[in-house]
Amino acid sequence: MWDHEIRAMASTHAVIAASVFMATVVPAVFVQGFSVYGTHLLWLYSVSGTVTAVSVAVFWLLGITPPTKKHTLGYKLSRLFRSCLYFFLSCLFFHTVVVLYGAPLIESALETFSLAVLLTSLTTLRCLCVLGPNVQAWIRVFSRHGAMSVWDTCLQITVTCTVVGAWVGAFPLPLDWDRPWQVWPVSCSLGAMIGFLTGLVAAPAWIHYHRKQLTYKCK
Amino acid sequence: MKVRSSVFASFILIFEVVGIALFLRGFFPVPVKSSFSSKSKLSDLPAEPLTGSSPNSSRLPHPLFKRVVIMLVDALREDFVFGSSGRMYMPYTRHVVERGSAHSFVAKARPPTVTMPRIKALTTGSIPGFIDVVMNLNSPALLEDNLIWQAKTAGKRIVFYGDDTWVRLFPKHFMEYDGTTSFFVSDYTEVDNNVTRHLDSTLKRDDWDILILHYLGLDHIGHISGPHSSLIQPKLLEMDDILKKIHSALISKEAEGSLPYLLVLCGDHGMSETGSHGGSSEPEVNTPLVLISPAFKRKVGMEKPGVVEQVDLTPTLALGLGLPISQNSVGRVIPGVLEETSLRDQLRFLHLNGHQLSCLLKDSMPNYEKEAGFEQFRVAEKAHGNWMKLYLEGNTSEVLSNMGKKVLKQYLEALAAMSSALSKQLGKYDMYSMIAGMVFVFQLLLILLLAMPEALSGAAAVDLPVLSALLSLPFYLLCLLLASVHVLVCTSAESSCYFCSLSWGLVFTAVAFSSAMFCILVSMATRRFPLGPKIHSKSPLRSSGSEWSLSELDVLLLAGTIGHTLSLASSSFVEEEHQTWYFLLSTLCLAVFQDVCRKYFREQRSPVEEEEEHILPSKDCHPSAHPKAEICSEKWLALATPPFTLACCRLLRSLNQTGVQWAHLPDVGHWLNSSEHKMVLSLLTAFCLVLIYLLVQRRCSWVSKVALALGLLGVYSYRAAVGNVLFPWQHSGHTMSKGTVEARFVYVFVLGILFTGTKDLLRSQIITADVKLKSRGLWEIYSGLVLLVSLLFRAHNLPVLCGCLLIQTLMAQFIWKKLHYDAAQTTIMHYWFGQAFFYFQGNSNNIATVDISVGFIGLESYVEAPAIFLTALNTYAGPLLWACHLVCYLSSERDRSPVAVGHGCYCLALLRSVPAAAYIVLVTVLRYHLFIWSVFSPKLLYESMHLLLTAGVCLFFNTMEQNHSSSRS
Repeated sequence: MWDHEIRAMASTHAVIAASVFMATVVPAVFVQGFSVYGTHLLWLYSVSGTVTAVSVAVFWLLGITPPTKKHTLGYKLSRLFRSCLYFFLSCLFFHTVVVLYGAPLIESALETFSLAVLLTSLTTLRCLCVLGPNVQAWIRVFSRHGAMSVWDTCLQITVTCTVVGAWVGAFPLPLDWDRPWQVWPVSCSLGAMIGFLTGLVAAPAWIHYHRKQLTYKCK
Repeated sequence: MKVRSSVFASFILIFEVVGIALFLRGFFPVPVKSSFSSKSKLSDLPAEPLTGSSPNSSRLPHPLFKRVVIMLVDALREDFVFGSSGRMYMPYTRHVVERGSAHSFVAKARPPTVTMPRIKALTTGSIPGFIDVVMNLNSPALLEDNLIWQAKTAGKRIVFYGDDTWVRLFPKHFMEYDGTTSFFVSDYTEVDNNVTRHLDSTLKRDDWDILILHYLGLDHIGHISGPHSSLIQPKLLEMDDILKKIHSALISKEAEGSLPYLLVLCGDHGMSETGSHGGSSEPEVNTPLVLISPAFKRKVGMEKPGVVEQVDLTPTLALGLGLPISQNSVGRVIPGVLEETSLRDQLRFLHLNGHQLSCLLKDSMPNYEKEAGFEQFRVAEKAHGNWMKLYLEGNTSEVLSNMGKKVLKQYLEALAAMSSALSKQLGKYDMYSMIAGMVFVFQLLLILLLAMPEALSGAAAVDLPVLSALLSLPFYLLCLLLASVHVLVCTSAESSCYFCSLSWGLVFTAVAFSSAMFCILVSMATRRFPLGPKIHSKSPLRSSGSEWSLSELDVLLLAGTIGHTLSLASSSFVEEEHQTWYFLLSTLCLAVFQDVCRKYFREQRSPVEEEEEHILPSKDCHPSAHPKAEICSEKWLALATPPFTLACCRLLRSLNQTGVQWAHLPDVGHWLNSSEHKMVLSLLTAFCLVLIYLLVQRRCSWVSKVALALGLLGVYSYRAAVGNVLFPWQHSGHTMSKGTVEARFVYVFVLGILFTGTKDLLRSQIITADVKLKSRGLWEIYSGLVLLVSLLFRAHNLPVLCGCLLIQTLMAQFIWKKLHYDAAQTTIMHYWFGQAFFYFQGNSNNIATVDISVGFIGLESYVEAPAIFLTALNTYAGPLLWACHLVCYLSSERDRSPVAVGHGCYCLALLRSVPAAAYIVLVTVLRYHLFIWSVFSPKLLYESMHLLLTAGVCLFFNTMEQNHSSSRS
């Protein structure tokens, strides 16, 4: 039914996944001693930056972003500004949640905030790309039976996978194995990343297999 | 037979407690003990073996030492003396070890490496079992045969200075003593000065034979700042100076012709890298043992110290002083000490030690003859007899001494074998009892699970086919089968078994009970199975469950419960269990938050950025957004509750660092307790008490309100009297008292409130069937409990109580009621909160965090029953308060769902039995795990205690529901 969309989605996701791979591999050429554990923050920034850039580019090219009503430059700028604001607020939100979960408040604030940035670029950014800076739409999509298009369902799946991945990533933290990936926030960010990649694969697959059952009511 | 869910659940829990008790009895090895309760006597000693003629002498050889000074430094680690930094820490001791006439060893302490069991081990020579520690937190007098008793009976005069555990263990044994309490861990100078101040005068005198000094300062430093702190070196230098002082005093006193002295430097246990102790890691177990005496050969250089068991000191000291070895000692004499005596005496000493060990072996093992060590000892004894014969005949040839050396070697081998056999006996599990206990628990758990659809149905009654089970043929066959298995196991069992030693009547009851349970189980299963899909819909969350759909919250609750149970298999997760609960609780709050958002935003989507705004615990509401301000404020309050709860929990968890890995991190509790922040602590305490009053008084009668207010005032004045907080109009200068009067004052009000509550409850039941009166009575009982807990909690823990009440109030008002959570969901949430609060108050799965000082509040001296009650109440305050709140909440919700109480009770029973049953299986599987004694066993005790408490709470539920039904009818 939505063969076209599914194909577009799969290729988009392939591009994003490839960009994540590149963001992990390429810096190793330029930076001495780059590794996912050792220079974890660097990896985090590289991945978040790449994912941000690639998603914005891909979704803009595909034109999934809801069409703006006005075409004035001022309106576009205000939208851009609101998007940036939401991005920042979402970073703060994730940071607060992680601290409430028990991350140290002051000691490793930078690491925590980096994790928040990663989570934002994996989840909120996608919302911004697909839905625009429109909180009402966000609430609609994330309430039960709220999806109104294939892209909404896809968004639900990837965001859930990412968040659950980060959540699961916290499990090994109390173990006393003293492994490099148990250092805060390595396991959580890795979990989020793995969850995100799983989401990228799972979303088109799930939609493909359920394409007969999927029905969306229009606005 | 139809029974109500609550009755059913309580019954199951009570029987589970019995099953677990049986399991525990099998799991914790009973210490090796001689069957005679008497003590070794000089007259019982065996004669020197001699073949042929009649035994000639049964006297002991001459004692080796005249005076013994034992200097025990608490938590003295092996590397503090023998390590690379030992030369810097204890220069004189190192010098003596390297150049003087001394023997040095690394003495291995057995876990649990806690002071009291170590003292027992050092004096009795036995290895106190884990259960000993728990049973003897109060340390009453040591009744077992021990070195101190033997010395006193032999007329030795003993002087003791140091930790007052000794004084309590050996009352009236010391000629002179001064006990120091290790109550204030933050003090590490005064405790040691208290010991040292007596030293000069005592060393000058001649009227003592044994001097025991127990220094606590080092241990306290370890607890405060760990083994690498800057405080360690000065403390060890101080200890070194004291050793030097004692040594030079002993040298100067030494007279020609008399027996030499012996100076022993030892530690009771070491300390881990974080400064704590109790476990079985290398630095905790290895302690130095330095024996200094002119009787020993002078050393020429540093040798690597040999490894001995800590208990080996006991027979060595006993023989050195010419005393009989205490009966239950499993140690073997340290051969190095005897080196300089004649061969005859050496053999005699070894023979005595061997005889004592073989006697103990005979008592503790049914098939002792098969033991290799016993056989070796027999052979050695015979050879010894032959040697004696030759010796007495006046033979002095080379052959004799060679033969003697051979006998000596045989003896040593026999001693080692017997000692290790005895120690191994301690690690043996009584598998039969364990399995029997496990089978009971699992049968009960399965019945509980199978009854789920009925127990959570609208009728809340379970149909148990008891009669048909009892009259069926399989029941009798099973009885016969189990009884025959029992007979078979017990007759073929090699080691002693508790379940076999029970009387036949009890065993038969157990067998009949077990087979009846099995029959009931089978008939319930067959009844359930034909229904097919019904068996799958046994989620505790969907009682009516026509369709099987779970919300995210249900998934979380189920997954959390199962996940937590599985996590108990890992020692790290057991050590850090609080992290699991905090994590689950945070997730729960977020899930609830999502539910709330959904409820309030589905209809009307307000364009405000809700999420960002409400993560901060801001409770101000937007006025004028809606015409109905009340609904609006309620909405915002409901929205603010979960984030507020989250923030609250985050604050509370930073109050007490618990667990193992991060326990050393500074926390708010330490900060509050330091003396310069006393003012802050006082203000906080006052604020918390006021808040507690405000939160609790709402639903009380005026009598209780007054009593509560006075009681909370009493709590403050108690804390002021003990010296935790400042009293506004009382200037310092008062000495610290125990605050007995103040505490008793509070107890009076607690009893008063409980009495009013009970009276209201009874009145509501008997005279007027008034629901309001009843819920007031329940609440009053609850507030009495809160008052008692506020007295028992340390001052810095009062915010935990406050947070508990605050969260309960908010959640009950805005979440549970408004979102229509059913009884099962509410119960699981209460249980999770209760678990998290257990850890918020600073508990952990380690016995060491149990605050025993609570047992002394309001008591002049130690009284067992109230002390145990108060300690248990204080430890489990969190889960208890939440369970009580659950009763109050569910019975106030009765008009909405009349069976809520029954459902709650059932869910609570299920929630508690699942981890308990899973845990005993895990412990059985992991019984040879390295951390079994240090991590898993304490947790097992915590689990069992919690199960017992839950059984009590369920009984309380039961009475509540009974009241309902009778008041309704």
